[in-house]
Amino acid sequence: MPGFRLPRGGSRIDRLRPLRFTFDGRGVDGLAGDTIASALIASGQTLVARSFKYHRPRGIYSAGAEEPNALVTLGADAATDPNVKATIVEASDGMAVHSQHAWPSLSTDLGAVNGLFAPFFAAGFYYKTFMGPGRRGWMRYEPTIRRAAGLGRASFEPDPDRYEMANAFCDVLVVGAGPAGLAAALTAGQAGAHVILCDEAPIFGGMADLEDRIGDQPAADWLFAMMSALNGMKNIEQRKRLSVYGYYDGNVLGAAERVAWDRADGRTRQRHWRIQARRVVLATGAIERPFVFPENDRPGVMLAHAALAYARRYGVSVGGDVVLFTSHDDGWRTAAALARAGVPIRAVVDPRSDAPAEVEAELLATGTKSFAGHVVTAVEGRRAIKAIAIAPFDAASGTVSDEGLRLDCDALLLAAGWTPTIHLASQAGGPPVHDEALDAFLPGEPREAWHAAGAMCGIADTKNAAANGAMVGAAAAEALGLKPPRNGARNSAKAGRSPKAMPDNRLPLIEIPATGKAFVDLQNDVTTSDVRLAQREGFQSVEHLKRYTTLGMAADQGKTANLNAISILAKERGVLAPAIGTTRYRPPYNSVSLGALVGRSRGAHMQPLRRTPLHDWHLKAGAEMINVGLWQRPRVYAREGETLEAAYVREARQVRAAIGITDVSTLGKIDVQGPDAATFLDRVYTNTFSTLPIGKARYGLMLRDDGFLFDDGTTWRLAESRYLMTTTTANAALVLQHLEMLLAIAWPELKVSVTSLTDQWAGAALAGPKSRDLLAKVLDIDVSDSALPFMGVKPGHVGAIPVLVARLSFSGELAYEIYSGADHTLALWERLVEAGGEFGMVPYGLEALGVLRLEKGHVVGSEITGRTTVHDLGLEKMFSKKKDFVGKPLALRPALTDPGRKQLVGVKSLDGKPVMAGAHLVTGADSKTPGPSEGHVTSMGYSPAMEGYIALALLKGGRQRHGEKLYAADPLRDGHGPVEIVAPHFFDPDGSRMHG
Amino acid sequence: MLIPCPVCGPRDHEEFAYGGDATVARPTIAEQSATAWATFVYDRTNPKGAHQEHWHHVHGCRQWMVVSRDTETHAVTGARLIGAWAEPETEPGDD
Repeated sequence: MPGFRLPRGGSRIDRLRPLRFTFDGRGVDGLAGDTIASALIASGQTLVARSFKYHRPRGIYSAGAEEPNALVTLGADAATDPNVKATIVEASDGMAVHSQHAWPSLSTDLGAVNGLFAPFFAAGFYYKTFMGPGRRGWMRYEPTIRRAAGLGRASFEPDPDRYEMANAFCDVLVVGAGPAGLAAALTAGQAGAHVILCDEAPIFGGMADLEDRIGDQPAADWLFAMMSALNGMKNIEQRKRLSVYGYYDGNVLGAAERVAWDRADGRTRQRHWRIQARRVVLATGAIERPFVFPENDRPGVMLAHAALAYARRYGVSVGGDVVLFTSHDDGWRTAAALARAGVPIRAVVDPRSDAPAEVEAELLATGTKSFAGHVVTAVEGRRAIKAIAIAPFDAASGTVSDEGLRLDCDALLLAAGWTPTIHLASQAGGPPVHDEALDAFLPGEPREAWHAAGAMCGIADTKNAAANGAMVGAAAAEALGLKPPRNGARNSAKAGRSPKAMPDNRLPLIEIPATGKAFVDLQNDVTTSDVRLAQREGFQSVEHLKRYTTLGMAADQGKTANLNAISILAKERGVLAPAIGTTRYRPPYNSVSLGALVGRSRGAHMQPLRRTPLHDWHLKAGAEMINVGLWQRPRVYAREGETLEAAYVREARQVRAAIGITDVSTLGKIDVQGPDAATFLDRVYTNTFSTLPIGKARYGLMLRDDGFLFDDGTTWRLAESRYLMTTTTANAALVLQHLEMLLAIAWPELKVSVTSLTDQWAGAALAGPKSRDLLAKVLDIDVSDSALPFMGVKPGHVGAIPVLVARLSFSGELAYEIYSGADHTLALWERLVEAGGEFGMVPYGLEALGVLRLEKGHVVGSEITGRTTVHDLGLEKMFSKKKDFVGKPLALRPALTDPGRKQLVGVKSLDGKPVMAGAHLVTGADSKTPGPSEGHVTSMGYSPAMEGYIALALLKGGRQRHGEKLYAADPLRDGHGPVEIVAPHFFDPDGSRMHG
Repeated sequence: MLIPCPVCGPRDHEEFAYGGDATVARPTIAEQSATAWATFVYDRTNPKGAHQEHWHHVHGCRQWMVVSRDTETHAVTGARLIGAWAEPETEPGDD
């Protein structure tokens, strides 16, 4: 008989509230409070998973986070949640649970054929076979191999669930709410600390409920008293179902909280916490150690304390005929506790010849057989245990007699000792320290502000663990300068001297000397022969062992495997475990959904979105918007039936013919003020600004320290000691940061302050021959050529709106930029549009703006890429020789002014086809033999003025090559066409239109 | 990781931008030597242990500061403003 629900017992279940979920489509009846695992065991489902490599049948192995086998997938389609531990997830009505990694079904898994070829799947097999001579083998076989091995599959659809992120701050974070953690939280709380106490389980108490007595009290009474005390403390925050998975620099811990597993009501499913703690108490407990023996992975083999947890918490017996295999006294007490709970314990097997007499007598009286001086040597049954073989064991020689016998059973419980859970301590501490007497690794020196308490320090006895927790909690509070309650304070210094034992009278036996396939790491399918093979092949360090065999990797992090593997490796090499050491544990301790890490930062919330004050106007006018950095800008205002190209060509034509208006609010605007403002700008720009008259603007270039071009823009002198600098949209934040750096680090003596006004000022550019006529109509100032000449800047009013007007031209037309306070810009814009009607004004978007500047050969971000210089772009006239400025010495390095460098040129299409940005300029007429790249196209468009496709390009020695015929090769988009290299100024090269 | 900003108090490092090695002296603006500038721009040691770094509180007070940080443990042991607002170093935990 497989597992079943006991007639009584079950502290976590409500027998009056049945629930039903499906496992691989089959209905499973459970009770409120069940985990998926407890309900599956109670319903007799022994086989729940297939293993990672060999597809071996696997059952539930544990009752907690250490589960290596029972990983399942929750939900389906978009809401798929793979690799969830059935031992942690609380079952809920209607939940759909699927087994993983089996096809066509769990019981008939064709992949199990891998098991037949097991010799080929030993450690390193894939790489030796497929990565050898001719790596193509790996390329070809990898997809198949990846499919054959593995765990659950993620969905490719967007996750429909809701996740949240939260930050928490506390004086003391207590990780783990077992007896040690509870006691630590209480003393730290009593000292006045703000405490967060958390545990991955839905109920506090750790394994206290698996004890009978804690000290002289019944365990339940102890726990009730402790919880009552904690519940009365307002400064102790309790967080259940919160799994701390990572310990990071600066005492920051990452944790994932399971909020709800059912997705039906749209609630948050998981919450990610970032916890900043001044001190941390780690009370993460210990995980039971299994034995390693042939066929030890068969469904029905599990940890002894897991069986006790199923009996006491869920009223579930893990089998109808149960054998317990232990090497210490506490294992016998577990057997007796199971028997008292109604679990049919048929036999206890112990390699030691002396069983603890009192508890052995109790068990014998209930009909349990005692096999002291025996070990389990084999397991019968594939999909479930049918029987085990046991044989006499001589502890002195470590040999097994071959006169064994067979015991029928359907569950085999293992209790070989305890492994302290030092994962978080290892993440934030020095190398773990091996304790010979305990046969375990204990936490190393803290690198962060943490204290370890309880079983993770090797204190297995619950009363001692709780006492230790109280002392450690007091020590944590004292470290913060708080005064713990008197009994705690008195004891805090003794925390390090708590009695350690794990557990009583243990025989340190892990691997049973018997032949057969014995698993060390169940999740990664690593066997004892893999460990030995690695050792033989020279992978002697435990870090190498891990990488060669995959032992202890990934989601499992070696919870039940690492210590056993180290014991085996140490024995194989004939050294002690400390010589082997242990690997550094890595986050996450428990797997964390990517959804929880992303939180709500997805889709539209991935990054902030910036809109200009004119955004809604653009939408109403039918603009197609485009993202430029974080900004949304109008791309074109396409009319019905108009293509993108037709729309921008129309807009650009209208600018050249009459007038257009465009939103320039996104330009970076930096107010530069102070008595040294002019000196400052002279040092920042390659050209001179101290000579700029008040009321005039000048185009400027700035370099990085390494001499490459950084940004460009116009800067306007508003007063003797006040300038308004404009930057490109993309670099606005970087330029400000650069200026602040220079003022703080390079020239703290300069009296200048810089302030971003990008969001405070918004505005429009008016371009086209009619723009002056329009301005004259709406502005209250003289805008004639003499009053407002080219590059002139003047304040004025449009109606009641104060504005700043600058006669600047990006398009090469007579043009103005007009700015107002951002709150007034919509009104300003609407007034301009209204007045522009009679001049035939159109709004134009980024595409038209782009082609207008292209016709003029003005460079933008496509050309100022961070790899181009002033000389490359033909702007050396602006490179002052008379003064010092940022980047000048390195810009003058010979290699950066070499005439053979790629230089800016214009490109004309000769075949009437677009020359695509990204195409390379080559000499070969045939696309099959293009020859080497001579340069590349940076931006392109259809020029209404030139009536053809034009482009800007960077061409080797380009300035000397005007008139040359080349080909634009664009093989990825099947383009290869003839082009002519020309000067980059296509239209109105002498600038008569904008100066007019 | 918290950085004890002298203006804003202890703030998460995500509010700051890293600004490079603060132990390397920037040449003056009058320095003409490309070699001197190349050394400043490109040559960096990679020290293990205590280090001085420039950080900029971009999502805060926007001050540039020198942060004392251990490159091995990542422990931040102090921060001081530079430039016109330079003051004595603050220790972590001064709120």
